[in-house]
Amino acid sequence: MREKQFLMGNEVLARAARAAGATGMYGYPITPGSEVLLWWAKEAGSEQGKKDGLVFLQAEDEIGASFMLSGAALAGTKAFTVTAGPGNVLMQDAFSMCEAMRIPIVAYINQRGGPSTSTVIYSQSEVTLTAFGGNGNGYRVVYAPSDLQELYDYGIKAFNTAWKYRFPTFVLADGYQAKMMGEVEIYDPHDRGIVMASTERYLLEEKRDRPIDQVVPKPEVHIRVQDGVEYSCYRNCLNLEEETLQVNMEIKDAWDKAAPEIEEHETYGDDRAETLIVAFGIVGAASKQAVDQLGGKARLFRPITLRPFPSAALKKAVKGAKRIIVPESAIAQLSRLVKETLYGVTDAPMIEHHRPSIGINVDEIVDLVRKHHV
Amino acid sequence: MSDMTSPLAFPRCVRIESKPHLFCPGCGHPEVLKAFGFAVDDLGIQKQVAFGVDIGCSLLAFDFFNIDTIETHHGRTVPVMVGVKRGNPQAVSVAYVGDGGAYAIGLGSLLNAAIRDENILVIVVNNAVYAMTGGQEAPTTLPGTRTATTPYGADSHFVKGPDLVRHLNPGAWIGRGITTRQLELRRLMTEALAFVKEGKGFAFLEVLSPCTLSWGTIDDPHATFDILENRMAKAYRLGKF
Repeated sequence: MREKQFLMGNEVLARAARAAGATGMYGYPITPGSEVLLWWAKEAGSEQGKKDGLVFLQAEDEIGASFMLSGAALAGTKAFTVTAGPGNVLMQDAFSMCEAMRIPIVAYINQRGGPSTSTVIYSQSEVTLTAFGGNGNGYRVVYAPSDLQELYDYGIKAFNTAWKYRFPTFVLADGYQAKMMGEVEIYDPHDRGIVMASTERYLLEEKRDRPIDQVVPKPEVHIRVQDGVEYSCYRNCLNLEEETLQVNMEIKDAWDKAAPEIEEHETYGDDRAETLIVAFGIVGAASKQAVDQLGGKARLFRPITLRPFPSAALKKAVKGAKRIIVPESAIAQLSRLVKETLYGVTDAPMIEHHRPSIGINVDEIVDLVRKHHV
Repeated sequence: MSDMTSPLAFPRCVRIESKPHLFCPGCGHPEVLKAFGFAVDDLGIQKQVAFGVDIGCSLLAFDFFNIDTIETHHGRTVPVMVGVKRGNPQAVSVAYVGDGGAYAIGLGSLLNAAIRDENILVIVVNNAVYAMTGGQEAPTTLPGTRTATTPYGADSHFVKGPDLVRHLNPGAWIGRGITTRQLELRRLMTEALAFVKEGKGFAFLEVLSPCTLSWGTIDDPHATFDILENRMAKAYRLGKF
């Protein structure tokens, strides 16, 4: 099945989860994400939804939703949530547990204004929270789509990444993308040859494809066999510093192996252009149009994964650039990642254009490039 | 057998390799867990139970049994076990939490699970104190009690969990036991677990249990018994609700 439809971003996300084979949605209403709940609630109660065993649960709050989500993933189901802003803050409690025990949850985040309740509309200010929100040295995957089609594509892909690599996985969109309407090609991933990753129960699994202590760090899982049945006991409260070190290093080792396979980026424009724009999400999409208008003056590097950050690719892309411009609807959340990557790599000056919670349009980026172009 | 005629000192589903257990001498948790283990044996559901433990002393039960067990975050075991049950309807999903986890940090999740009539069993071990963190006041601390954070005595308010849950869910299975009466506790435990196994809805069992360390009675079993039976059991009604 392949068709173009005129849809709102949030419906695109909900349909992506459905196409990916998700069976459970655990959420709490929040703007700009609630339409995902509405769509899923309707779908779960439909004839087909019931037949497919879809679960919809509106929780008491985002803490409850995110821990239910974790439980559903422990039960071996593809499950997801959607949230934003203050809800994203509350869900970090569960996301941190998912990092520790490598529980493959999927969360769609539609960034809104901050700090605090702020506006329900738009920002790019949840990069740091979404990518690094846990306590300790957690690892998680963050995709940043730039348009409605990518909401669908990465909305599906997130489930595959989560279950293949067993890291909590996020699709970091924003309120503009969530609420805008546009044409999207809706497809069945199987028709495109996309093989969906299989799931496995952490609790009450009868037959495992791989030992669970190759996924969950060894100090956190205690397995015993009684009468031929394997029983797994998981903990995240550790006794000793050395155990914690081991847990951290096991997770890091798994991440270091997986990250190069997960990293994604897009480059756009003439390689010889003097100005390198680094932008993501909807600002990345605007930057692409700016590149077209600037006739060879600028090119774009757009990280699609904000974590793992496509560092090797950015280091390569920066070669030959005389200046780097980083426009973002936040204060130094993307540019911090860019600086960290490029430390010691280039002498090119960086122009940071920080517009927290304000959309950055094509003309603004064009003017910015022209202003600094010598 | 839940009538205490079992010749076993431990339930069959106990993980012998993790014994001696990690709880303090005189702690009530092992008594509650033993009753739970015998109930699991009686119902023959060792392979179906998903057991969730909270943070606080209950976490020390993470490998008490040969039962698939998940340790969660403080106050978050109820929603995790709700998710497990929703994700795997065949599971007999059990949340094992302390009174702090249930009635303070996790109260919102507990009450809403009761309102939604989630088909899980919640066991609350009520020792009227935050034990793991060093004996601070809990929502269950009885009036006038001195704790680490009520050096002049606790105020007059305390929470009665089963009453609260009954108010929200008329059809739920609700009971309260006490560790000093093991026979009755095993019966309550088996009934609660059977209720959930049969898919009848939300089950809630609170158990009054001693914390000899925080109560300052670690060398005095008579004093422990006295507090449990003559103070706790008088403030907190026992039996089925």
